[in-house]
Amino acid sequence: MNILLSYSFSSLAAYFHNWLQSIIGNGILLTITELVIVGVVLLVFLILLAFFLGYMERKVAAFMEIRLGPNRVGPKGTLQIVADTVKLLFKEGFTPDAADKFLFNLAPGIIITTALLAVAPIAFARGFQIWDINIGVLYISSISSMAVIGILMAGWSSSNKYSLIGAMRCGAQIVSYELSIGLSLVSIVVLTGSLSLNDIVESQANGWWIFKGHIPVMIAFVVFVIASTAEINRAPFDLVEADQELTGGFNTEYAGMKFAMFLMAEYINLFVVSAVAATIFLGGWMPFHIGGLTGFNHVMDYIPSSVWFFGKTLFIIFIIMQFRWTFPRLRIDQLLNLEWKYLLPISMVNVLLVTLMAIMGWHL
Amino acid sequence: MSASQVIFYIIAAIIIGGGILAVTSRKIFRAAVFLLFSLLGIAALYFYLNYEFIAAVQIVVYVGGIVVLIIFSIFLTHASGDEMKKPVLWRSFFAGLAAVFATALTYLYITEHNFVANSAASVSPSVRNIGLQMLSTTEHGYILPFEVVSMLLLAALIGCIVIAIKIKTKE
Repeated sequence: MNILLSYSFSSLAAYFHNWLQSIIGNGILLTITELVIVGVVLLVFLILLAFFLGYMERKVAAFMEIRLGPNRVGPKGTLQIVADTVKLLFKEGFTPDAADKFLFNLAPGIIITTALLAVAPIAFARGFQIWDINIGVLYISSISSMAVIGILMAGWSSSNKYSLIGAMRCGAQIVSYELSIGLSLVSIVVLTGSLSLNDIVESQANGWWIFKGHIPVMIAFVVFVIASTAEINRAPFDLVEADQELTGGFNTEYAGMKFAMFLMAEYINLFVVSAVAATIFLGGWMPFHIGGLTGFNHVMDYIPSSVWFFGKTLFIIFIIMQFRWTFPRLRIDQLLNLEWKYLLPISMVNVLLVTLMAIMGWHL
Repeated sequence: MSASQVIFYIIAAIIIGGGILAVTSRKIFRAAVFLLFSLLGIAALYFYLNYEFIAAVQIVVYVGGIVVLIIFSIFLTHASGDEMKKPVLWRSFFAGLAAVFATALTYLYITEHNFVANSAASVSPSVRNIGLQMLSTTEHGYILPFEVVSMLLLAALIGCIVIAIKIKTKE
């Protein structure tokens, strides 16, 4: 039983580290080898994750619309995404004549790089994290503020009016919704007193913030989920690529693997915002604990921390996917009104409430 | 050369290369993108020095703010995709001269200055310490500049609202 309890990704990582150390020995070579291994493992994981999320999205869509979804390629249609990827691989990587070729080809790279950078501080399991940076929350929000540049670049360099309109909308949308995301993250930072994602998870050992923080934290959670759906340009906030009006928006001119990179960046971003929401509000890898009930908490500890993390993340991804099939797309003025007239004032007042709560010690 | 030095020179090359390309590129959007790389390089330099907070602020303010603002203004200008005309020769001559003298002056200052290690105990650049120092009213606190800057930002915000506000005209 003890072996089962101690099983975790962190012990696996430590085992690999010791094994490599015994072969290579300490030094620069060890560091480089480990960096390469982490990079390759992360990329493979994220590609598989993008496959899975693509399949999940289609199945959730089918579920919401009472149909079957992909069911021909492979058992239950599980190989559909592989078939789609092969199709994208064989397509021609086309660059329009009038495009600014350097920027046109650079844009997918910038978008996928920003998506990958934001994964670094996320804690996948107890003690299993790529980069334990002490400003984790600030780091993630600063990296995600860079994503807009890649989209603006892609839209402008295509020299296509629809792409440019999509990029302009994207700039207005991401720059405004960043504020609400920042403010809802600040409310938990105020309660925890730390920007480090590890400290935030540790502070939820006696209950997750969404339960401990009463109504203000629930408001912050709802604001965060809405604003981050807008930040990653998913429906009902997908005006950036609104296919009916803009024939695809900023990525109209992209085909083949460059388009696949946009698609993959979208799924990685979806994973990152869901993982951040799960970490900040739902305790990350922390099992479901209730302060004071030692026996109950001990039973919950038997479920591995990675299962908790991925369970919560997938739950939030499931919610965000349902939005797509529930709400109609907003118009650009409605979108900006929603942020500047509703979400921003609500989250500003909410931060004050949370600060008051933290000062008075009303949270559990 | 140790690994740390190699990393430093790579970062420095990105900063300087981005800066040179930003001023020599004749397409304005490309210039903005090269400026982006230069600013990111400076953020990398802060990460290299373990000033994580300053690095993140550099990315938020300069990359996420200033560069996006520049790109937006490029979008709003007419014929932003065309190549700009080649600058007049005497103008680039004097610009080059100014750059050479500025480099020489900076180099002179760096070589003349004696860098003395600070004898005071080092303070870790954590967010907590930065926040406490920012609001401290003691001798070396930064409360006055902090408040002055916040007044400046407030004035800028009100100015923006006044410019952007629509006054309803009675018909």
